[in-house]
Amino acid sequence: MFKRSDHDTRPIVRILVEGAPVEARAGDTVSAALLASGRDVRRLTAVSGAPRLPYCMMGVCFDCLVTIDGVGNRQGCLVPVADGMRIEIQKGKREIGR
Amino acid sequence: MSAPLKDSYDLVVIGAGPAGLAATATAAKAGLSVLLLDENAGPGGQVWRAITSTPLADRGQLGPDFWSGEALVRALREGDAEVIHRATVWSLDTALEIGVSVGGGSAFVTARRVILATGALERPFPIPGWTLPGVMTAGAAQTLLKSSGLVPDEPTVIAGQGPLLWLLSAQILRLGGRIDRILDTTERRNIVGALPHALAFATSPYLRKGLALIREVRAKVSVVSGVTDLAARGEGRLSSVTYKVGAREETLPASLLLLHQGVVPNVNLAMAAGVAHAWDDVQLAWLPVLGQDGATSVEGIAVAGDGAGIGGAEAAALRGRLAALAAVEALAPASLAKLESRESVRAELARAERGRPFLDRLFRPGKQFRIPADDTIVCRCEEITARDIREAVAIGATGPNQLKAYRRTGMGPCQGRLCGLTVTELMAEARGKTPQEIGYYRLRAPVKPIALAELAALPKSKAETEAVVRG
Amino acid sequence: MTVLADAIVVGGGIHGCSTALHLCRAGLKPVLIEKDYAGRHASGVNAGGVRQLARHVAEIPLSIRSMDLWERIGDLVDDECGFESHGQVLVAEDDGELAACAERVADLHGHGFTHEELIDGAELRRLVPAVAETCPGGVVSRRDGAAEPARTVAAFRRKAEQLGAIVREGEPALNIRRENGLWRVDVGADTYAAPVLVNAAGAWAGRIADTLGEPVPVETVAPMLMITSRVPHFIDPVVILRGRKLSFKQFGNGTVLIGGGHLAVPDQERGTTVLNWRRLAESARTVFELFPVMREAQILRAWAGIEAKTRDDLPVLGPSARHPGLFHQFGFSLHGFQLGPGAGAVMAELIVEGGTQTRIGALGIERFRT
Repeated sequence: MFKRSDHDTRPIVRILVEGAPVEARAGDTVSAALLASGRDVRRLTAVSGAPRLPYCMMGVCFDCLVTIDGVGNRQGCLVPVADGMRIEIQKGKREIGR
Repeated sequence: MSAPLKDSYDLVVIGAGPAGLAATATAAKAGLSVLLLDENAGPGGQVWRAITSTPLADRGQLGPDFWSGEALVRALREGDAEVIHRATVWSLDTALEIGVSVGGGSAFVTARRVILATGALERPFPIPGWTLPGVMTAGAAQTLLKSSGLVPDEPTVIAGQGPLLWLLSAQILRLGGRIDRILDTTERRNIVGALPHALAFATSPYLRKGLALIREVRAKVSVVSGVTDLAARGEGRLSSVTYKVGAREETLPASLLLLHQGVVPNVNLAMAAGVAHAWDDVQLAWLPVLGQDGATSVEGIAVAGDGAGIGGAEAAALRGRLAALAAVEALAPASLAKLESRESVRAELARAERGRPFLDRLFRPGKQFRIPADDTIVCRCEEITARDIREAVAIGATGPNQLKAYRRTGMGPCQGRLCGLTVTELMAEARGKTPQEIGYYRLRAPVKPIALAELAALPKSKAETEAVVRG
Repeated sequence: MTVLADAIVVGGGIHGCSTALHLCRAGLKPVLIEKDYAGRHASGVNAGGVRQLARHVAEIPLSIRSMDLWERIGDLVDDECGFESHGQVLVAEDDGELAACAERVADLHGHGFTHEELIDGAELRRLVPAVAETCPGGVVSRRDGAAEPARTVAAFRRKAEQLGAIVREGEPALNIRRENGLWRVDVGADTYAAPVLVNAAGAWAGRIADTLGEPVPVETVAPMLMITSRVPHFIDPVVILRGRKLSFKQFGNGTVLIGGGHLAVPDQERGTTVLNWRRLAESARTVFELFPVMREAQILRAWAGIEAKTRDDLPVLGPSARHPGLFHQFGFSLHGFQLGPGAGAVMAELIVEGGTQTRIGALGIERFRT
């Protein structure tokens, strides 16, 4: 859906998406890294299970909710990636207590 | 990223876009103790998003208006204001106590003055299929472009109206991104209402810049004007966009649809703090009721920037300076002498706002794009359609708050940001009332969700601590 | 214009709406006057607990009467009101609290009330698997449950209107007075006149009683609530604590409501409240300790509704001790929601028949006479 600029010289940051290694760039938000990864990163809503992707990318729509390092319902569009970060795509209601 | 260093400040500024940066720099220069809280990773807000970190080094790609933000970022860094990024303000009350979450922990700080510079968000654009993966706002695509250098590379349609749509299109094209078609929804009859304001617009910088952008984009992309109907279609993700121009309907394949029909004030924090708002029939949005230089109905709280009514980046910065000057006058009047006079800033602001009435009227979104048909989802969080709301009205719901007795509209995590305006206008139409009569959601803290564990870890109340000491 | 009615009910909370509905069912034509909109304050924004559990003995007969109505609420108002009956459980956090629970249940049995049942740790964990291991038992009231408050008040209001009640919302009842044997109330440009006046004005009822020469010491309070994002289903009954301020309930949609009586600061003139986040943090800490699974949940919203609390935490329900045709129904002191359906039925009996079989003697306004 999106491609990176050829002139992007930012350092590579390695994250894990559903356990699989993904290369992001320093300064990417989690949502940007997921959209640039080319993977299927659609979340399923907690209400009906409908698939969603980020809509606003500025912290207001909450369609980018994602589990980061085990903590659920984070706004992926507001959190910068970091080396070794573990990302899980949320499928339906977020499991609590695990 | 760490918690505020102090418990209290002369001034707390919320939001580091043009208004917040200008307010912070001005107040810090006057010697006030200033805390600037911002949700993003760096300064700039949305318009100057990633100005200190963008991978797009070629300045022509983002354009001079983007890089004009550097002066204020420099001013911020030269001053001694405390600046915290990735800080989420979740509470502000009439006592000017602010609940802020930083790095997974929350703290309270108090201020003698607060300037809300929370800016704008894109107007909801509820069309059939707007929740499908692959449908995003134009602003979202611009954020990806500015902060990560990402551009569309699959079949892409951009639809809607307003200056941002043309700026984004030009930026995508400069970076070698793909745009298959632009669907312009500007209503042709809008020009009638806009014309009386054309002279002021013609003498504002908007005209020259706007025309150049439109020329640049039209040279490379097919643009369809007068689009009256839009729908996103697909199973599980966007696969096509259907649109109408009058009676003619067309469908084209797309995996990305970028929507935009202007921006509206981001009112959640101001409303939750108790700031009075009123419906604006020109901007079709709730605006804070303001006195001079951004003063609100709550003593000590000012609103600056687009949150005070859409005026653009230049006006936002000037409003930020004015709000800061008002704070300086209240808290350290002797320092006013070393700052510019408010009269001269007000005059500059009047010039900067000159073209706005024309734009507001020309780009007034069509009713069918604000008040959707029955099957269209209005509340994205709770997945509630226009029909659900009309049915609730038919059996007794009279306003957005009463609607909660029937439907969970606005009760999800976005707290009405993506449905509130639609719900107000839809209920107003259904009941034959004005939006002002219908009203808006009663908003309260937390204006952003807060983890239970984080709330549980808040410093204990004084009484509780004392009880333990005595016990 | 003066409009004649059979009764004027001041206050569009669950109590006023229920009384109006029951008066209609008895063949009367009431007018209901609400200064904001029905359910705007405590009635529409409370925790929705439908609870007989842990009530003062003096109001248990009324609570039982109400419970019978809750169990056929759909027949009464054509709406299920979101009522679900999964019981309510009072949790004892230590053996001392459990002993107090045992004493209480024995005392109730002595009065002939059997809805409360002492449970041990095993039964507690069967009912509430997520509760902390350290809790030794508690009390259950199995017919109890919860409903959706705003939906409930809206349903009572709607049904009352369908049955002939005049509903006036958005303007206050002013100049309440008695002239020539009729109560008169001004609403906007209109005057309503009726032989009967019911004071069900919630947080504002104390002022009305005062104006009419029957002062009752009431305090205006605003208990706070907060609700989480949707989480997977993990608990059925409503849980309350014996020792600390906490009530806890998961809705069918997965959201969890956390309450318990910590108070916001009310502004009665403006009808608004200022939340006390340090108190809400105490509730969060209690949940954090007792329900470890909730630690990662997110608080989405918080709010508070304004209501009246009496000195003895019991409502004022019954005829005036001073004026003919005046009835009081207020001061429910943070636990009036469940009582709403029954109190309206009882009030209609008092008005229409001059008495009721339900024992409410201890709730009369006479007890505040000095």
